[in-house]
Amino acid sequence: MSTQELTYIFVGLSFALYIGIAIWSRAKSTSDFYVAGKGVHPVANGMATAADWMSAASFISMAGLIAFMGKDGSVYLMGWTGGYVLLALLLAPYLRKFGQFTVPDFIGTRYYSKAARLVAVVCLIFVSFTYVAGQMRGVGIVFSRFLEVDINVGVIIGMAIVFFYAVLGGMKGITYTQVAQYCVLIFAYLVPAIFISILMTGNPVPQLGFGDTLVDSSTYLLDKLDKVTTELGFLAYTENSKSTIDIFCITAALMFGTAGLPHVIVRFFTVPSVRDARKSAGYALIFIALLYTTAPAVGAFARMNFIDSIQDQEYSSAPAWFKNWEGIGLIAWNDKNSDGIIHYSAGNAFENTRPQFIDAEGDFGQRLTNNPSDEANQNEIYIDKDIMVLANPEIAKLPGWVIALVAAGGLAAALSTAAGLLLVISSSISHDLLKKTFKPNISEKQELFYARCAAAVAIIIAGLFGIYPPGFVAQVVAFAFGLAAATIFPALLLGIFSKSMNKEGAIAGMVTGLIFTASYIIYYKFMNPAFDSSPYWIMGISPEGIGFIGMLINFSVAALAATFFSKPPQEVSEMVERIREP
Amino acid sequence: MKNSPSHSYWKSNVRILVALLAVWFVASFGFGILWSDALDEIKIGGFKLGFWFAQQGSIYIFVLLIFIYVLLMNRLDKKYRKDTSAESEEQ
Repeated sequence: MSTQELTYIFVGLSFALYIGIAIWSRAKSTSDFYVAGKGVHPVANGMATAADWMSAASFISMAGLIAFMGKDGSVYLMGWTGGYVLLALLLAPYLRKFGQFTVPDFIGTRYYSKAARLVAVVCLIFVSFTYVAGQMRGVGIVFSRFLEVDINVGVIIGMAIVFFYAVLGGMKGITYTQVAQYCVLIFAYLVPAIFISILMTGNPVPQLGFGDTLVDSSTYLLDKLDKVTTELGFLAYTENSKSTIDIFCITAALMFGTAGLPHVIVRFFTVPSVRDARKSAGYALIFIALLYTTAPAVGAFARMNFIDSIQDQEYSSAPAWFKNWEGIGLIAWNDKNSDGIIHYSAGNAFENTRPQFIDAEGDFGQRLTNNPSDEANQNEIYIDKDIMVLANPEIAKLPGWVIALVAAGGLAAALSTAAGLLLVISSSISHDLLKKTFKPNISEKQELFYARCAAAVAIIIAGLFGIYPPGFVAQVVAFAFGLAAATIFPALLLGIFSKSMNKEGAIAGMVTGLIFTASYIIYYKFMNPAFDSSPYWIMGISPEGIGFIGMLINFSVAALAATFFSKPPQEVSEMVERIREP
Repeated sequence: MKNSPSHSYWKSNVRILVALLAVWFVASFGFGILWSDALDEIKIGGFKLGFWFAQQGSIYIFVLLIFIYVLLMNRLDKKYRKDTSAESEEQ
């Protein structure tokens, strides 16, 4: 059977499974719809949380980023796992004890204020849509490369599936589908990693393999990689290129941002008890760590294999994957010295980093671009970092069924995260905006109806993001984490750990954190991208890391402002007492 | 209120948090970032130690920390339940 037929079978089977689960677990009440009836087993919740968390970015993009960033890539590894420690210790048990449906619920009740609830809803919707846009791009890439359907058709199929189980099943349907999606995605991630680890180092455990010696040699893989990358003019693979303060701030912003992401926090509302909330954070991190400790190994293998298989090859005999990805515009070759041989080294192949393809072929059949050639270096290769995980099995010449599996895994990762986010958006609209703010008199049945409508609308908007991808997706990821770190996380933490924090302090903190972080990112990413480099940044902190400073500002402003106003009312301090008890 | 079971429960809870978060900070920001280059001088197998902490070790420690927390808190919960039931018997 051809790889493409296998891919159709694998993807089809996994989709059938998701739909089956959705029918089996329909939501009957608002509690089912928002928090799965609070009856999810901690292990199942851990898997669902892991699938929810590991998005197209984790599955498809992260190892590729690490492959090209080397040690700098650690910011993602530590940032996106370390946040779970904060979540488990500082937030999850108390928020579960509080026992409501949404994150704005907590902020609105704790700070006895509709304004605080609204600020939280705005941050939440912004953060969530930013994220969904990225998932839909992931769905588009997988469909267009592996199933060879039009990206738009792919996005519409993906939307239809998510629509089916999110609108029908709410949190209950999503949770049980995500358990299945976790199994698919982790299997799809580990199988090729193990294969490649055995091929390259003889060690079947990728986590150990990338610190092992290469097959038939006594050289360590990382030493060879350091040597090769240095020879090609890059920084050695195991060295940092970013400054220490920047790495510190980016890691911190990602960690505190993770702990403040509403679609992750809400998972801990679905388990039966406080004890289960703690435990399920632990299980979630185990399931996440399985992928996150494999990713740096995949990154190192991919970089090595990539260099080995194309360096100084003639284009006419370049491997098939190279031409396939060139075909959909994610690889480009600019033959600077017209010798027909591919040369890869440090620097850009042409100016304006993204290739603008024109409808013409060069002397050797390569696709031409109208970008001006960058003659300051000898590098002839443009490669989109997003393709490394998907291309890796092909580069390592693994069998067709592994490639098909990876396609199904990438879709599972993208769909599970998209569904979780859409649910958070819809519940914040039907529950926080309608029920708790503008239309308090609606019945549970009506609320459920509005929740389904909001989910449907959110899916359509997300789909439009996939079909007409905004050019700013990569830039706004910094936004999502920075804002969560600078607004939601401090408000939650202070609400639990400081009894004297009042609504004025919390709102002042959130608003200053939001304005500071947003203006820093908007200035460097949108208004003045030319100045987006370390000499111009405040204290050398990049926009990706500024959320950490925003968080510190939030804490200071909140503490200062709180002293000018009266203490929170009696019933609020009683509520804080109550959530602190087991 | 000062010596009530819930007050001492909260104090022990905060002590556990501070201790575990100190480990969390040292394992990631310490070994993985601030002292990473110094640790890179030490090599274990093919890994430089600072690099290993940044890309592997810190994550394993995070997982351990959460389970140690679960264990300590379950123990503390049990003690708290004993204390509160003892108090209600006295009344």
